[in-house]
Amino acid sequence: MEICGGQTHTIVKFGLEGLLPKELTLVHGPGCPVCVTPLEIIDKAIAIASMPGVILASFGDMLRVPGSSKDLLTVRAEGGNVRMVYSPLDALTIAKQNPDKKVVFFGVGFETTAPANAMAVWQARRLGLRNFFLLCSHVLVPPAMEAILSSPASQVQGFLAAGHVCTVMGYEEYIPLAEKYNVPIVVTGFEPIDILQGVYMTVKQLEEGRADVENQYVRSVRREGNIPARKLMAEVFEVTDRAWRGLGVILSSGYKLSMAYAEFDAEQIFDIESIRTVESPLCIAGQVLQGLKRPHDCPAFGRQCTPEKPLGAPMVSSEGACAAYYRYRHYRTSNRSVSA
Amino acid sequence: MDNKQEVDFSALSCPIPITDYPRVLLAHGGGGKLSQDLIRKMFLPEFSNPLLEPLHDGAVFLVDAGRLAFSTDSYVINPIFFPGGDIGKLAVNGTVNDLAMCGAKPLYLSVGLIIEEGLPMEDLWRVVRSMKEAAKEAGVALVTGDTKVVEKGKGDKIFINTSGVGVVEPDITIGPNRANVGDTIILSGFIAEHGIAIMLVREGLEFESTMESDSAPLNGLVEKMLQASRNIHILRDPTRGGIAGVLNEIAQASNVGITISEDRIPLSEGVRGACEILGLDPLYVANEGKLLAFVPPAEAEAVLQAMRFHPYGRDAVIVGEVVANHPGTVVMKSTIGGSRVVDMLSGEQLPRIC
Repeated sequence: MEICGGQTHTIVKFGLEGLLPKELTLVHGPGCPVCVTPLEIIDKAIAIASMPGVILASFGDMLRVPGSSKDLLTVRAEGGNVRMVYSPLDALTIAKQNPDKKVVFFGVGFETTAPANAMAVWQARRLGLRNFFLLCSHVLVPPAMEAILSSPASQVQGFLAAGHVCTVMGYEEYIPLAEKYNVPIVVTGFEPIDILQGVYMTVKQLEEGRADVENQYVRSVRREGNIPARKLMAEVFEVTDRAWRGLGVILSSGYKLSMAYAEFDAEQIFDIESIRTVESPLCIAGQVLQGLKRPHDCPAFGRQCTPEKPLGAPMVSSEGACAAYYRYRHYRTSNRSVSA
Repeated sequence: MDNKQEVDFSALSCPIPITDYPRVLLAHGGGGKLSQDLIRKMFLPEFSNPLLEPLHDGAVFLVDAGRLAFSTDSYVINPIFFPGGDIGKLAVNGTVNDLAMCGAKPLYLSVGLIIEEGLPMEDLWRVVRSMKEAAKEAGVALVTGDTKVVEKGKGDKIFINTSGVGVVEPDITIGPNRANVGDTIILSGFIAEHGIAIMLVREGLEFESTMESDSAPLNGLVEKMLQASRNIHILRDPTRGGIAGVLNEIAQASNVGITISEDRIPLSEGVRGACEILGLDPLYVANEGKLLAFVPPAEAEAVLQAMRFHPYGRDAVIVGEVVANHPGTVVMKSTIGGSRVVDMLSGEQLPRIC
């Protein structure tokens, strides 16, 4: 299983699965930040963006993720002030330029995006900005890996750990996981050749009967990670329980703003506490994200649920397993009909 | 940012400058004296041609009996000035190219301007001058037009609509449903330059080298191609949606499969890097001066050579072919040897988080 959505993207984009021997199956893990962000947080972002006097800034691909009734692009079309940015620091600039507006950055993602969000909040305090807030739904990789490994149905025999997450965090926290569950973990990069080497290193460990943590992505990852980034995150965030779309609540699996920075927490400032959302009962995203089912096992796949009208998050992002399967579906079907 | 974009206004100075009004007012579109001033002092001298000069409600002209191509497009780009061009150049080239993709020789264009009140008069001059230059290069005349001014906040600086007519020679039949199995697919040059140039300006990103829009009129190139082969099946300019969008439309319209090779598609290092940083796939990024041609294999080499002799086709390459397999679907062979489906985009291309 590759953990990170960026790796899934490379695998799909370069057609790597077709190059591997058929005995090897790659399971796409829960590492697409768009896919695992719970519906409830998206509904909260939509509620905030619809309020007068608010500018909601977000990374681009969160804008199209459907909440229970609409998405952020629709909010923008209805007159909400929704901006697409490439960095939370851009949102900070928007806050400086619009002192009469409340500017909320929709901070989602893994340990990779967390340092920049921590930096934005830290800077906001340093600059004395009173109109910048973070709607924070950060998630952490190791607890999700443990949740998958501890599930009795899990068939995952090896992991490609996410290279950029480990660039920030290092890989020490994976060592006890590899030992406890007797599973090889290889920290892997994002170029096609990185992924193939990561797969090779994992298979080699399995063949040799080893279950170690190895580092394929040595040009970026150090054992201890990026220490200044970790220090900043430790100051701004604290570990909390988080709901994962499709996986449910995992203990100690995310970040929220620490007590010292609570004044920047959008969930504390805006009246959105009453928003409680349940996922579509048709969608089996949870089982897909855990690698228990394939997207086309879902009765809604390609019918009620398509990239144009997604029911669940894995159909939204180009990294999502369902969207990738949907694209290949016509190809496979037509190939079969031609050869038959 | 880019010196070539810094226009020297003294060199542009008009014979009777509209200096009384540094900005466009509502009255400039009101049909009164200011409207007339704008037409007589700016549009007429710049777009000067015998069909426009009578200032009648429309242009009246003769065409040879035969088939006409007729096309329209509106331009709402932000920012209106960008490296490699501006909204005026784009508006002329866009419609010229749409006509050329029908296999037509473009002749006459109309121009509809919707201007937001307060637009600096200098900016309007720049846009109008640029339209004049583009029309001159493409060999078309701007023969009729209209100007409206909307209140501040009701538009975004300036919107332009152009429509155009062109003549199609009797033995030319070009259309999106004409792809045949075996057709060779030729791409006229480097992709994604326009879209990336615009994105970089919007995002305020700077690279070592400035990336310029590829906006260019393609009718001259098409003329050379049609001289090399009268059997070109399809011509398309991959604007919004990029080459992926156009290839998918053709695969569906002709109900054929299309295969392309990633390593053949011309992509500059700068554009490749910018796409990675912005999280975009260059196959889906807009071009404004490129075309894709579907040609019977026996005539592909002749068309390719003709293209390479033209300045807007000198980097032309064969990028793929039409196949019987997987009808309606575009498949790309990746540089590393795998293959993937290149799908149509659902909605707009949104940058990925990581």
